[in-house]
Amino acid sequence: MRILVVEDDKDVAGFVVKGLREAGHTVEHADNGRDGLFLAASENFDAIILDRMLPGGIDGLRLLETLRAQDNATPVVFLSALSQVDDRVKGLKAGGDDYLTKPFAFAELLARVEALTRRGKTDGPTTRLAVGDLEIDLLSRGVKRAGQKIDLQPREFRLLEYLMRHAGQVVTRTMLLEGVWDYHFDPQTNVIDVHVSRLRQKIDKPFELPLLHTVRNAGYMLRAEDV
Amino acid sequence: MSLPQRATITVTRQRRAKKRPKPLIRSAGIRLALVYATVFGVSAFALAFSLWYSTLGLLERQVDLTIRNDSAALADRYASGGLPALVTAIENRLAISPKGDAIYLLQDSQGKMIVGNLDFRPAGISPAGGWYVLPFTRQGASSTALLYAGVLSNGDQLIVGRDDRAREQLRGILQQGLLSAMGLMALLGLVGAIVIRTLFRRMIQDIAATTRAISRGDLTRRVPKTGDGDEFDELAEIINDMLDRITRLMDGVREVSNSIAHDLRTPITRARTRLEDAAIHANSAEDLRAAIETATADLDGVVAVFQALLRIAEIEAGARRAAFAMLDLSPLLLDIEDLYHAVAEDRGILLRAEISSPLPLLGDRELIQQAVTNLLENALKFSPPGAAIMFRAALTGTTIDITIADNGPGISEEDRIRATERFFRAESARSTTGSGLGLALVSAVAHLHNGVLSLSDNRPGLRAMILLPQTPELPAE
Repeated sequence: MRILVVEDDKDVAGFVVKGLREAGHTVEHADNGRDGLFLAASENFDAIILDRMLPGGIDGLRLLETLRAQDNATPVVFLSALSQVDDRVKGLKAGGDDYLTKPFAFAELLARVEALTRRGKTDGPTTRLAVGDLEIDLLSRGVKRAGQKIDLQPREFRLLEYLMRHAGQVVTRTMLLEGVWDYHFDPQTNVIDVHVSRLRQKIDKPFELPLLHTVRNAGYMLRAEDV
Repeated sequence: MSLPQRATITVTRQRRAKKRPKPLIRSAGIRLALVYATVFGVSAFALAFSLWYSTLGLLERQVDLTIRNDSAALADRYASGGLPALVTAIENRLAISPKGDAIYLLQDSQGKMIVGNLDFRPAGISPAGGWYVLPFTRQGASSTALLYAGVLSNGDQLIVGRDDRAREQLRGILQQGLLSAMGLMALLGLVGAIVIRTLFRRMIQDIAATTRAISRGDLTRRVPKTGDGDEFDELAEIINDMLDRITRLMDGVREVSNSIAHDLRTPITRARTRLEDAAIHANSAEDLRAAIETATADLDGVVAVFQALLRIAEIEAGARRAAFAMLDLSPLLLDIEDLYHAVAEDRGILLRAEISSPLPLLGDRELIQQAVTNLLENALKFSPPGAAIMFRAALTGTTIDITIADNGPGISEEDRIRATERFFRAESARSTTGSGLGLALVSAVAHLHNGVLSLSDNRPGLRAMILLPQTPELPAE
């Protein structure tokens, strides 16, 4: 994937760029708003990682607003030290697709960026999702693995649906909290782990090949092959 | 480089402005004194002037009336007894008071004097008669007189008048008195002004001294009260109340910053020690990696504390009221129950939920979610396996109460009051993880919704109740 990083802090930018390249992405970097806007508007990217406070007269919000005004729909993840709820709302209102506050874990950023780019591709209405021999029907809410019916609670179904929509990608605990429970803060307890392990009991335990994997220091991933 | 320089210039300019001598009119004391002197002077002058005017006026009117009456009486005498009777009457009057003020002159139509005490007919009196104020000489002394000239039926002219000297003298006396009184008034006004200015100064001196000391940093000073119960006492009281509140807030800030310093120093020290230790002693890349990971987790803890502090500050600022919306708490609470039921079950704790529906409320969805989550996580943290947690929400009247009660160690009576303070951790909770910010946040959220967080004894355990009015009236302050 081609990713643009607009970030003025040298250390943070260097760290992010290096990490993204290691993850196999092509990365461009701009250290001010003006260059960032120029790059974003003139070239094609699969995602943009955007700081809010930037030198060069154009801050992150203005950059994004200008971009969206030009009908540029490149997915944008804000990466900002502005952490108040209002800031997040402003960022999303301006056309941001996700908002991550500094300090951040790189795994979280990577997972979110990759999740966004995938979302852009599978935007069509789907009624059926499948990973390996596990399949779910979004209309009848039915779950089957290897032809065997599995009973799930409504919330477990939504958790599985989210994981399946991001199959092959790392999904962090925070992403699950936001995407499945609509929580925008981090609980102190391991709620997500408990729910994922329950889901695992139902979809993985009776079968030979595990589908739901734990990714150390990052989160979870649903995929047919071994990680 | 230009910015700091500009700042310095501004500072010196301000300092210079401060040093410039104060113009006199800038002093409120002088202004007050001037106003006092002016009001005093004007009122005294008005009094004196009206006195002067009315005294002289009365005198003039009296003389006027006397002349008129006298003139009428003589005219009557002439009408009843003819000229001889008139002459007799005039002669009688002159004989009674030869040196009096009265002036009489009867002359025929040719201007020849028949009887009277005037040596000659004053110039300027027309044959037709009327009122006159004219200078005259009598027995060698000159004076002015008020005269009435009337014409008798035979064409003779009768002039009746009064010497006006007395009035003139009075006018002079009054004028002189007024002038000296004016001088005295000016003096009194000045003295009064000085007295008032001194009093004024003395009254605000206490306040000025106290506030000056406070702005220098001595927050223990208070404005002394005179005990008179006057306006200045009232002012002193208001100022002292304000200072008390400022002191409390400052203490709060100090306490919080101390706590921040302490509570953040601990994990930062831990992280730092770990990193330094690893840098010196780590034998393998694995050791190093492990040390870095733990240190990162420690720093994440620091970030979480920061985040919580900022959140509380954000809530306390009240700005989020603007984002209040009508919502039903019922599904929101059921979601939380759903999320935590599994966690409780895993720990062998029974989470009993009784959530009535609907629970409409005007508020902030996310904040209530976080507050309830905090309470529930607290209850889970302190509940031993096998215990039960009660999670209840109901609408009574127009108040929604959300209760979470556990059978853990609870919070002692004296700690309960301080439990909602930032960073407060009860002795019994010291061994567990936590930042001491959870209940502070819950309390802040309740306050934002004009509600309260009440903590009580669950015998045993803690019963935390959030009481929320359905439509929070915005506080008056």
